[in-house]
Amino acid sequence: MHTEDHSLLNALRGDEGAIIDAWMQEASSKDARQRAQALEILKLLRDALASGSDTNRLESPEWDGLRSALTELSSSRAAQGQSASDTNVFVLALKKPLFAAVSEKGGDAAALWTMSRTVDKLAQHTVTTFQEARENIIRRQQEELLELSTPVVKLWEGVLAVPMIGVLDSSRTQMVMEALLQKIVETGSELAIIDITGVPTVDTLVAQHLLKTVSAIRLMGADCIISGIRPQIAQTIVHLGIDLQGVSTKATLADALALALQRTGWRVTRAV
Amino acid sequence: MDRIPILRMGKTLLVTIQVDMQDQTALTLQDDLANEIAKTGANGVMIDISAMEIVDSFVGRMLSSISGIAGILSATTVVVGMQPAVAITLVELGLSLEGVRTALNVERGIALLDRAREEAQIGS
Repeated sequence: MHTEDHSLLNALRGDEGAIIDAWMQEASSKDARQRAQALEILKLLRDALASGSDTNRLESPEWDGLRSALTELSSSRAAQGQSASDTNVFVLALKKPLFAAVSEKGGDAAALWTMSRTVDKLAQHTVTTFQEARENIIRRQQEELLELSTPVVKLWEGVLAVPMIGVLDSSRTQMVMEALLQKIVETGSELAIIDITGVPTVDTLVAQHLLKTVSAIRLMGADCIISGIRPQIAQTIVHLGIDLQGVSTKATLADALALALQRTGWRVTRAV
Repeated sequence: MDRIPILRMGKTLLVTIQVDMQDQTALTLQDDLANEIAKTGANGVMIDISAMEIVDSFVGRMLSSISGIAGILSATTVVVGMQPAVAITLVELGLSLEGVRTALNVERGIALLDRAREEAQIGS
């Protein structure tokens, strides 16, 4: 064990309560849970040092306990929606009390440097895992969004509708297409209405995706109406020179349903 | 070699493809069907592909050309029961089977052929 590590350990063996108090004050936190977390981190750090672990090699297995405690800290904070810098500041706030403790025990510059570097490494690890936790959350939300955004609803006997919401990319189109075609087979519907009111922009790529879906529907032996085309989108489609290949288009879902009913031979009249 | 049977129901010829198509089988079917339409004077052809799970570009083109051939012999072709996966594959291959009529199932296919016959009678 290096002598610097030893003096850091000596400092940690001192007044634990005082270090925690100073840490909490530095991090301007009064939360009991954070205090418990801080206590846990300090204890693990001390234990790891006591077992002779090298502060130069924080990635080695002896530091597993401390690293997993920091990972837990950052992922719980990520789930609470706190920022990476807040979490970082919390860990870095340990530096000042440790500095005081090490110099009190007569630690030299080398000991202080080791302490500083160790805390920095801990903070860095926290930020890295924080980011990973955040990315996991984002990825999960993306998947959920993808599944949420493809409901196929039955509007009438033999008429299905898909309200498309959000940007249409290849994977979204693929999911919508599969869900819709499957539903067409299940229900034996002859007409599908694709409502693009919730699609913010229509460019050539989106149009191509739409046309692919329409072609697949036609191959199955059903037909398709595209509704929810806003005036701006109609202009864009014409300006871009997109040929919708004889697909029926309507401004609103209501118009599309009226057309669908007409095609399937229904007539809706007022009772009075 | 596999030969796909062609059933005759009145003025309609019914072809049910229940095996995975080899290129040679497809060509034979095309040949047989053309002969059969000419011989029977059928004015409707129904091809049921609901049991087909794999359709490649060759079979896709075969469906198109059968439709074209039947059209020249004044028969309407309808392809029924295409599986969603097959439809997606064909679209991804860039084959939209222009000119081929499609229906969800055999029942709808018959209705479609009947309508086509009525239209033809009005036309003539």
